[in-house]
Amino acid sequence: MKKGVAVNLEDVWIRFGDFVAVREANVNINGGEFFSFLGPSGCGKTTILRAVSGFLEPSQGRVMIGGKDMVGFGPNKRPTALIFQNLALFPLMKVWENITFSLEVKGASKKDRRKRADELLEMIALSDQSEKLPSELSGGQKQRVAIARALCAQPDVLLLDEPLSALDLKLRQHMRTELREIQRRVGITFIYITHDQGEALTMSDSVAVMRAGIIDQVAEGQAIYDDPATAFVASFVGENNVMRGKIASLDGKQALIATNRTGELIARIASSAQGSMKVGDDAMMFVRPEALRIAKDTSEAKNRLSAKVRHEEFEGQSYNVFLDGDAGKELKMSLINVGQQRESAQGQNLTLEYSPDQAVVLPAGELASE
Amino acid sequence: MDIRKIFPDYYRRNGTGLGTFLLIAVFFWVVVLIILPQLSMLDFSFRHHLPPPEMGGPKDTYTIEHYKYLVFGAKGAGSAYNVVDLGVFVRTLVAAIFVTIVDLILCYPLAYYLGQTKGGGFTRVLVLLLIIPYWVNEILRAFAFRIIFGDSGLINEVLLNTGTIAQPIDFIRANIALYAGLSYAYILLMIFPIYNVIESLDRNQIEAARDMGAPWWRIHWRIVIPYAKPGISSGCTMVFMLSAGALAAPQILGGPSSLWFTQIIYQWFNSGGNWPRGAAFAIVLLVTCIIIVLSLMRAFKVKMGDIGK
Ligand SMILES: Nc1ncnc2c1ncn2[C@@H]1O[C@H](COP(=O)(O)OP(=O)(O)OP(=O)(O)O)[C@@H](O)[C@H]1O
Ligand SMILES: [Mg+2]
Repeated sequence: MKKGVAVNLEDVWIRFGDFVAVREANVNINGGEFFSFLGPSGCGKTTILRAVSGFLEPSQGRVMIGGKDMVGFGPNKRPTALIFQNLALFPLMKVWENITFSLEVKGASKKDRRKRADELLEMIALSDQSEKLPSELSGGQKQRVAIARALCAQPDVLLLDEPLSALDLKLRQHMRTELREIQRRVGITFIYITHDQGEALTMSDSVAVMRAGIIDQVAEGQAIYDDPATAFVASFVGENNVMRGKIASLDGKQALIATNRTGELIARIASSAQGSMKVGDDAMMFVRPEALRIAKDTSEAKNRLSAKVRHEEFEGQSYNVFLDGDAGKELKMSLINVGQQRESAQGQNLTLEYSPDQAVVLPAGELASE
Repeated sequence: MDIRKIFPDYYRRNGTGLGTFLLIAVFFWVVVLIILPQLSMLDFSFRHHLPPPEMGGPKDTYTIEHYKYLVFGAKGAGSAYNVVDLGVFVRTLVAAIFVTIVDLILCYPLAYYLGQTKGGGFTRVLVLLLIIPYWVNEILRAFAFRIIFGDSGLINEVLLNTGTIAQPIDFIRANIALYAGLSYAYILLMIFPIYNVIESLDRNQIEAARDMGAPWWRIHWRIVIPYAKPGISSGCTMVFMLSAGALAAPQILGGPSSLWFTQIIYQWFNSGGNWPRGAAFAIVLLVTCIIIVLSLMRAFKVKMGDIGK
């Protein structure tokens, strides 16, 4: 088993003419880590990956792999292997030839290549498909061949550019587990790109959330979800109810925010914003659908909102309640299905509450557009 | 495939009017313009060379004398074989293959560049520069080449003035002008089929190969060329067929001592007035070219269906 190798981006900027595709990226990826870049389409994820794999040089800053500055090293000289967004299998080569292309390049004998192909095919459970052409494989099988081909080169870092995006939901979920499994087995660093937050959160040790070329937050999945660093992260990762307003008062780690529509509400200040927010600042408060619950009584409090049920959506393990809050504010609440009678009904007025440390206050900022 | 199944489908797709028109047009094209004339040439080639009054008379029987003539020559001639005509025949084919190879070597890099650099403006200008000379007709182009390659032509002038050579080179006699003219005449027929295929090659495949450490030549050898094979073979087929069958360029640019086989055919048809012999020679050329193309296709494992791409 190989030891994973660290990848560091130091103040990396990438420009295409006047357009800045990546600005000031500082990311430290530990060896052997499963690291994800998460962001909406066009935010510069592929561009970063191309800079790591050597297909383009950053306009400024350094890409370090294993502590070594990679400037001037082309893609064939770096210890990385890239799995392309569209896989880019060689259509005219058989599966086993595809997988062992990197050995062919090194001049390995056909016998050695066959042997290695058999090992890898066994790993991806496709031993009986070695003589096929890529076009004769299913989507999931192609996927695995692409992974095997990349691993055959024995890279220190495997770069994956949304490799699951073309698969259907079931297969995607299956491949997630499989990828994670493979990563544990080979022990090398995986850098994974996705715009699917579910993928990023389930597979990764750490996630970097990107927005239009800027890395907003780098943290573990749970921290990204529970303690977002910016309004963008809060709205992009998972679902969130957002309330706009101004800081009314600050109290240690909590703040009261005078919302434009729902009165004063209390919430925890996100760790990234602690110490930097002042009374009167524009702020946003985020509370997740699953953090809302129906209050036992209708008395008013700083952690309560009143709203009217618009409609419900049953999702199996939970049901989603869509509500109209004060002044037309839309809210969403998720209630776990515990097999009891529903507590809400269409048109009913409800008092909702949340525990203040499950809601976060952040400086007002750009939100992810749906 | 079941023909009855194709036709209702065909009519449903194209409508009765258009469908019928297309069928008639294709039928006319294939039968009247291709099959019938060729069949009558074939028929001609097996007949005696007779004066018009005797045509259809008792002497008008089938014969293979013209084919025999190509191989063995006239009776009572010095040698056992028709050395002159056969020599020209072989030389023509070899020269056509040579022209094809030259065009391939010139066009592949160009087509690759055009097909893979998605740099819009410059590429388009380049393509235009390639096409515009073809607005000039073939004769004019051939004579222009004669001028460039002549004793006091541009090339000799430059070489003489720079002191590279002391005596002008006779490009015409050495057939260099002919090969250059033919290569130039069919260069587009080589570039465009290759360009078309290479343009559809996913750039990521090239990058994937590069990522796995492949040097440029291996990328071409293992990825681009196999992918471009249909385009390469259709380009080569066209260039080979057309240069083996060229007439104007050899007439104008050929050296005094070198005949092209088509010129011999032309002489039989024209000044010789012997149509059956001309037809026989032309058919031998055609069949040989087809055999060469088919066997090369088999050698390089190209399927007939790929050529159309
Ligand atoms: N070669 C290039 N020249 C100019 N602009 C480019 C180039 N490559 C990418 N860009 C721009 O950089 C931005 C980021 O592109 P990138 O491919 O990295 O997005 P992405 O995050 O991978 O998106 P997706 O999820 O859709 O793949 C885009 O706005 C794109 O238009
Ligand atoms: Mg991308």
